[in-house]
Amino acid sequence: MKEIVVLSGKGGTGKTCIAASFAVLAKNKVMADCDVDAANLNLLLAHEILEEHEFQSGQVARINEASCLSCRLCEQYCRFDAIDNCQVVETRCEGCGLCLLVCPFEAVSMHPNIAGKWFVSNTRYGKFVHARLGIAQGSSGKLVAMVRQKAKDIAGTNSAEYIITDGPPGTGCPAISSLSDADLALLVTEPTLTAHHDLERVAGLCRHFGVSQAVCINKCDLNESNSRSIEKYCEKLNIPVVGRIPVDDSFTRAVEQGIPVVEFTCNSPVKEIEKMWAFLDSRI
Amino acid sequence: MLISIASGKGGTGKTLVATSLACAIKDTYSVELIDCDVEEPNAHIFINPEFTVSEVVETPVPKIDESKCNHCAKCSKACVFNAIAILNESVLTFPDLCHGCGVCAFVCERKAITEVPYRTGLIEKGYAPGIKFKQGKLDIGRAMATPVIKKLKEDAGKEQDVTFIDSPPGTSCSMVEAVDASDLCLLVTESTPFGLNDLELALQTINQLGVPGAVIINRARPEDRRVEQYCQQNQVPILMQIPLDYSIARLYSKGITLALGSPQWRENFRHLFEKTKELVR
Ligand code: SF4
Ligand code: SF4
Repeated sequence: MKEIVVLSGKGGTGKTCIAASFAVLAKNKVMADCDVDAANLNLLLAHEILEEHEFQSGQVARINEASCLSCRLCEQYCRFDAIDNCQVVETRCEGCGLCLLVCPFEAVSMHPNIAGKWFVSNTRYGKFVHARLGIAQGSSGKLVAMVRQKAKDIAGTNSAEYIITDGPPGTGCPAISSLSDADLALLVTEPTLTAHHDLERVAGLCRHFGVSQAVCINKCDLNESNSRSIEKYCEKLNIPVVGRIPVDDSFTRAVEQGIPVVEFTCNSPVKEIEKMWAFLDSRI
Repeated sequence: MLISIASGKGGTGKTLVATSLACAIKDTYSVELIDCDVEEPNAHIFINPEFTVSEVVETPVPKIDESKCNHCAKCSKACVFNAIAILNESVLTFPDLCHGCGVCAFVCERKAITEVPYRTGLIEKGYAPGIKFKQGKLDIGRAMATPVIKKLKEDAGKEQDVTFIDSPPGTSCSMVEAVDASDLCLLVTESTPFGLNDLELALQTINQLGVPGAVIINRARPEDRRVEQYCQQNQVPILMQIPLDYSIARLYSKGITLALGSPQWRENFRHLFEKTKELVR
């Protein structure tokens, strides 16, 4: 079983459209949406939810007003400014439990924190694991790990050949969590200075974790000279550029209709995705 | 006045709006721009600041004095983040898991734990003509973005008339840290089902924080009016629409922000700021 994570560093480069297309093109696979903060893959893969689970992570403090004598000791100790006027500000509480330890009147108690939900769904393309992080929650890395683990379990039971993961943007904890031990990271970028800048950061992250990488330049004709400098950068670092997709509005139109772009049309930009998949499929 | 610019998903044009706003009004107001997208800081590409100061951001992590430690394991049991473990008569700490809460040092009865600084990122400060600029960078491989953002915002909005905050995308803890306490949050979205889905979540988040919001639609396409309809139904003001236009995308690709690349748009962004100001009032 091989796991391919589609990442981008910068958001909005077309990562999800490409992951959804791979869902169509790859045979015998499980899909995972690890962009739990802005999960969108479910909007492109028609699905029926089979399982829905609460995702519990960490804890939050609660102060029992009846026992609280407003000594404010907890407020002084809490390093996250999560107690204001003897009340816990849940969006700031990290659940460390220091307030519970310092309170002389046993007014503080800790409670499990519901940090989101995760789902297993059925699609025409195979099983699909996805999730939704609760608002203002901090444990997206753990939820990502959970989604990946579930996808691996299912892939194991079904002897799937591939896990196709739509990764989160950025280079922080969710990105790290989606990347570790993956077989390949496909980095989707575009020829803008900002996307190039973020590509270098995410490529650095892949190197840091020893994950092999390939690059796809989306909207490659938007700025030819930037495209060339991305190619040069990749050449220098020995990262293969496996796809070059020209600007094309069928991507947006496919999103509007809620289907993977390879099912929307078969024009030449879309053929480029097919070629890219064929290449990855043979290489891995 | 503290104005944050955020979006439910990345790549909607948050940075374009933040940098254009700053550039459009810098001759009329004193302006500060803080790039809080510490995982992917990009605003500097459009602003070209000269950095004069840099500061390392550190969080406290435990250091164990082995001569005092009797391996009672109170610290490892108390740490809810599993950042301390006792293994064969020695104490292991995992600074990348540590949240710096101080629980371990508090529970240690033998005073064997002191807290020492551990580097998580870097803050750079500088100036571009008319704009005070700050950005933070999370070190590659580090997971905790909020301490860097907190440090960036320490004295935000104190000196200048207006401080713009370019927030990280999404609705997680780092976005909350960036947007919290702002007078208004401008949410940038695009007219696609992705944009709509993520806008709904971002609006819920700022509601929870008690921060008022307004919407800017980027890559607006008249064919898809779902975002507009949603905003009307929920009485969220739409302050600007930027059409889907490849000449705008090309400017952006070269690192030129809209307000500097087009006099008309400079005017539009000035206008946007006046409308924003009215909403704050
Ligand atoms: S559990 Fe920790 S973060 Fe939460 S309120 Fe108590 S001391 Fe603060
Ligand atoms: S400071 Fe808190 S998170 Fe860090 S090791 Fe100590 S108890 Fe664990």
